[in-house]
Amino acid sequence: MSTRLATGGRLLNKGKQLNFTFNGKQLTGFEGDTLASALLANDQMMMGRSFKYHRPRGVVASGAEEPNALMNMGKGGKFEPNQRATTTELFDGLTCASQNHWPSLEFDVGAVNNYMTRFFPAGFYYKTFMFPKFAWKHVFEPIVRQSAGLGQVPKDRDVDTYEHFYAYVDIAVIGGGVAGLQAAKAAALSGAKVLLMEQTAHWGGRAATDGGEVDGKPVADYIADLVAELDAMDNVTMRTRMMGSGVYDHGYVLGYERVNDHTPGNDGPRHRLWRIRAKQIVTATGAIERPLSFAGNDIPGVMLAAAIRDYAADYGVSIGDRTVVVTNNDDAYRTAILLKNAGLEVPVILDARAGGGGALAEEARALGIRIENGKGIAKVKGGKRVTSVAICSQAGEGAVLEEIQCDAVAMSGGWSPVVHLWSHCGGKLTWDDAQAHFRPDATRAPTNQDGIGFVVPAGSANGEMDLAAILNDAHDAGKAASKAAGFNATRKAAPKADAQAEAAMEPVWLMPQGAGPKLRIKAWLDFQNDVKVSDVRLAAQEGYESVEHTKRYTTLGMATDQGKLSNINGLATLAGQLNAPIPAVGTTTFRPPYTPISFGAIAGEARDEVFQPLRRTTIHGYHEDVNAFYEPVGQWRRPYTFPRKGESHADAVKREILQTRDSVGLLDASTLGKIIVKGPDAGKFLDMLYTNMMSNLKPGKCRYGLMCSENGFLSDDGVVARIDEDTFLCHTTTGGAERIHGWMEDWLQCEWWDWKVYTANVTEQYAQVAVVGPNARKVIEKLGGDMDVSKEGLAFMEWKDGKIGDFDARAYRISFSGELSYEIAVPASQGRAFWDALMEAGAEFNIMPYGTEALHVMRAEKGFIMIGDETDGTIIPQDLGLNWAISKKKEDFLGKRAQLRSHMADPNRWKLVGLKTVDGSVIPDGSYAIAAGSNANGQRNTQGRVTSTYYSPTLDCGIAMGLVHNGPDRMGEVIEFNKVDGSTVKAEIVNPVFYDMDGEKQNV
Amino acid sequence: MLTLQCPYCGVDAEETELHAEGEAHLKRFGPGSSDDDFETYLFMRENPKGVHFERWRHSNGCGKFFHAARSTTTLEVFGTYSAQTYEPPQDIKDKITAKYPGWSWREFA
Amino acid sequence: MSNAVSALNSASFEGFATVTETGLRGMITLRGDLSSAKLKAAVKAATGAAIPDVRRVTTGKDGMAAWMSPDELLILCDYASVNDTIATLTAKLTGEHALAVNVSDARAVFRIAGDGAREVLAKLAPVDLSAGAFQAGDFRRSRIAQVAAAFWLNDDNSFELVCFRSVAQYVFDVLKVSAQPGGEVGFL
Repeated sequence: MSTRLATGGRLLNKGKQLNFTFNGKQLTGFEGDTLASALLANDQMMMGRSFKYHRPRGVVASGAEEPNALMNMGKGGKFEPNQRATTTELFDGLTCASQNHWPSLEFDVGAVNNYMTRFFPAGFYYKTFMFPKFAWKHVFEPIVRQSAGLGQVPKDRDVDTYEHFYAYVDIAVIGGGVAGLQAAKAAALSGAKVLLMEQTAHWGGRAATDGGEVDGKPVADYIADLVAELDAMDNVTMRTRMMGSGVYDHGYVLGYERVNDHTPGNDGPRHRLWRIRAKQIVTATGAIERPLSFAGNDIPGVMLAAAIRDYAADYGVSIGDRTVVVTNNDDAYRTAILLKNAGLEVPVILDARAGGGGALAEEARALGIRIENGKGIAKVKGGKRVTSVAICSQAGEGAVLEEIQCDAVAMSGGWSPVVHLWSHCGGKLTWDDAQAHFRPDATRAPTNQDGIGFVVPAGSANGEMDLAAILNDAHDAGKAASKAAGFNATRKAAPKADAQAEAAMEPVWLMPQGAGPKLRIKAWLDFQNDVKVSDVRLAAQEGYESVEHTKRYTTLGMATDQGKLSNINGLATLAGQLNAPIPAVGTTTFRPPYTPISFGAIAGEARDEVFQPLRRTTIHGYHEDVNAFYEPVGQWRRPYTFPRKGESHADAVKREILQTRDSVGLLDASTLGKIIVKGPDAGKFLDMLYTNMMSNLKPGKCRYGLMCSENGFLSDDGVVARIDEDTFLCHTTTGGAERIHGWMEDWLQCEWWDWKVYTANVTEQYAQVAVVGPNARKVIEKLGGDMDVSKEGLAFMEWKDGKIGDFDARAYRISFSGELSYEIAVPASQGRAFWDALMEAGAEFNIMPYGTEALHVMRAEKGFIMIGDETDGTIIPQDLGLNWAISKKKEDFLGKRAQLRSHMADPNRWKLVGLKTVDGSVIPDGSYAIAAGSNANGQRNTQGRVTSTYYSPTLDCGIAMGLVHNGPDRMGEVIEFNKVDGSTVKAEIVNPVFYDMDGEKQNV
Repeated sequence: MLTLQCPYCGVDAEETELHAEGEAHLKRFGPGSSDDDFETYLFMRENPKGVHFERWRHSNGCGKFFHAARSTTTLEVFGTYSAQTYEPPQDIKDKITAKYPGWSWREFA
Repeated sequence: MSNAVSALNSASFEGFATVTETGLRGMITLRGDLSSAKLKAAVKAATGAAIPDVRRVTTGKDGMAAWMSPDELLILCDYASVNDTIATLTAKLTGEHALAVNVSDARAVFRIAGDGAREVLAKLAPVDLSAGAFQAGDFRRSRIAQVAAAFWLNDDNSFELVCFRSVAQYVFDVLKVSAQPGGEVGFL
């Protein structure tokens, strides 16, 4: 069993006991524990079940590479699945539960899959769920749904907050092990601004666990001194609990800081995503030990040798009383030695190398540990816990030589540098034959905007596995980074460490090397996704020879651990099966993030109220007060209608329209774009921008204008007012203000830069209210002031400045409804007061606000087009019968040349007409006018489509605007529009102006 | 995520401050131009693997449009320059030549 | 004028820095040739301030001038005197191609004060706000989370930030999230 040792535990504060709950059981641990070490101290070896076969799984590793020990963490608004126990710091009150089992971890129904292993090979899903066709939806999919997914989906809203933080540094050092610390120091000595980040809560990585001396002192002391030294430097920032998540173009690094995961009651954000720009990045990300592939290597109790060492040294936890060590390198001997010295049994070290180990082997032997060279494990026995191992010759096929009782197995297949961050942005790798791993190819670093390499690997992340070499390499990396960042590199020498000679490792990709199918089917490569040696071999046999294909076919390395333990073993297995050298097979692509990061951190502050900006007019408070029903228009939220208590939206819209047409209504039109265009060339410029002439507009007058793209398509419309000889004010659509301002600046900056024109977007300077209806004038006159708004004083299509009441106002006599109408602009900060004054003055006329739907219906009744309804980016003004607004005199305007292209001039283009339903009903939105016959694809022919369709309260029937083939020539003809239910609705083609065709009402 | 230096305000702006505005140095053809010229102006765009010239706008910044010369493969930026010019400046062309001898892009080389 | 109210009516939030909407402020977009003597004289006459260098603000007895772009300044003055200031600018710029337009009501202004002010902004704007990189009198147009904004650092180490009025509530809300107690980063 696993238990807490009396000694050891350098990261623990044994004076502080913490309580936590696992699967409802109350357990205790110490401050400094990870959840994994605390569970192990409580003899909780089994921590979950595997994804596919539901096999019992225990913890394998001690860090970020852990594939098995995933937990449902927390409760309610703090619940989160798939949290790795090895990287979760224990805190008082922690609550967690294991995953992937039902009804319990100990007894799981899904484990029946385990006995069907041979029926669930690689590609099982692709092969099985093909036929019969109906079965996918009714049989397979419901079953797969039941068992799919890791952990549970949170049910409650996340109660925590998250944030981003932008940081700019000269050098970012990722990894706070001895290499990262050394590199940071070397870099900082140059004067560069350095940010050093470490994903765990502790500095120094595993160097202190493995021991050694640096500059004549124990490495643990050297690290403590180094940390103190860096801490005292003004140009160095050190952050623990911050993972280098990804390296991106142009020196961009994401740092994932877990601010409050270990202190969940504290104020402040839970996670902070650092968006870092660094001139140079040092990746001191360490190395990860590889498992060995032997039958039963996934049984709880089989762990990485270094992890067993970590648990003993760092957390004072023994995994078992009798630990068999199996290795292909010298490093694993350190585990045997440490365990033996801690008073635990190591029945045997199985060294797959025929020649055995070096000095460390001698040391182990001297301690009395039995060492078997050239031997390996044929099979691990046990169910929920290792009970024994059967040993065999590595060179053979697995004939059992001896069975040895044990309750833990420490395995080591060698070490792979963590090259992820080096590779994220294109750093290339080279295969190191001697150490059987990929390491960064320093000659092919990722390059930045200046074309120079911006990532420098350091220490074991660079393939250096010996303390002396690591320190040298890291020191050089820090110097190289500071030089590349433009600083004078330090001339100080690297510290000296005592080198420990080790015997060469020998790659072992399968144990024993001749293992037959029965053993291979139990030899796991990917623990989390249940991929075995047999699966990869099968994939290769079936033709999935590319490593990327094999990955997807077998799901090797596709789990949440992204194959940190399995990738190299998997591709070596593939290479073996393909009889190709490993570097020829290559690796899959390393993509960020290094380990999963929270969605909250990615979203940052953008959630709830501030998920996205909401633009509010200064009259918005009124809309809120009366509970308007909104529709989004760009980032604005405009009232769609103002329903009264118990009133349907349709009824409210009808009421608003009838009231406005009968008496007076108010529209908050503040969102309309308003752009000032000023300068000696302003008229000439607007003549280019609009299809019609603007330069001959007289000051004091307004003119409706159209804007097209260079493709000739309608892009925006609005009323232009000439303020003075040099100055125009251009109204745009609500959604078009920023776009059209940018469009103007584009032409002024990039094409006609010698023209003397300045623009300014003054959209938000004004609150604009449309006072609309036969009584509009009376309401305005009631407010008083000095402005003459009579028919003669302010004629249709004129504007004027003056006082309305005590408001500074600019009134435009324009109408989008067909009624007598004034659009009045006042300074935005007086908008609400002005609105309230109008409401009060209009009370005797039963004044009421109307929303965008009433606006839309009233303009459709008048046959006015709406950008975005009648236009969709493929419509030219000529399609809409707007030829009157296209100047024939002007030599040029934007879109003119395009409108001469043959397709644009084609008389067969559908043209705008009005449509009035025969039965009075409303044509469904998006309907097509059907025509006789069908096209080559067997689809019904069409002859037009609806662009706007409404119930008209004024006419009390369904009206629509639409584009119809030869439409304007077919007045009075009845055509049919399709409905969703397959039936049709008949509509007569009519003039699009349904109401007050002569415009008498607006001109009174 | 790219950073480009705005030649107008000198800011090393990251992409979230910028807006891509398509290909650089397009020559406008208006009324009176041939169908071929107009088609080229409207639709024909370079899609190079390597040296490219683009328009960008410092939209969340000084609001100015500018030109950028960069490699679409390595993302190296050879330089940014004024929007008020018909061709890339010589020093930027020299810088590209040093890296990619014999390069050409539309009529420039 | 008695009817005029600022976007958030001087709302304030106390976090690890203090965020306050500062009320109505006179603001003028001035476009023109920043190197011209006439424009220089006009700005001087209107505000007492000199033409600011690139990405800087200058202060005079009657107002401030901020560098917005190579042909644009933002002139700041009292809300009550904005029309007079525009009149002065316009008069002094007679005969010169320029544009001076009132944008006071189109904007909202916030003050971010306190030791953590730099960090409050650095969570929202992709700008190096370290003491070495951003100093008193520096002015920057950028974005605050998802909207455009401009800010500068005063001599008293407080920032002032200008955004469009329609997004004042959004900007105030993101500044509050950013300044929440316990959110100190300890980097700037």
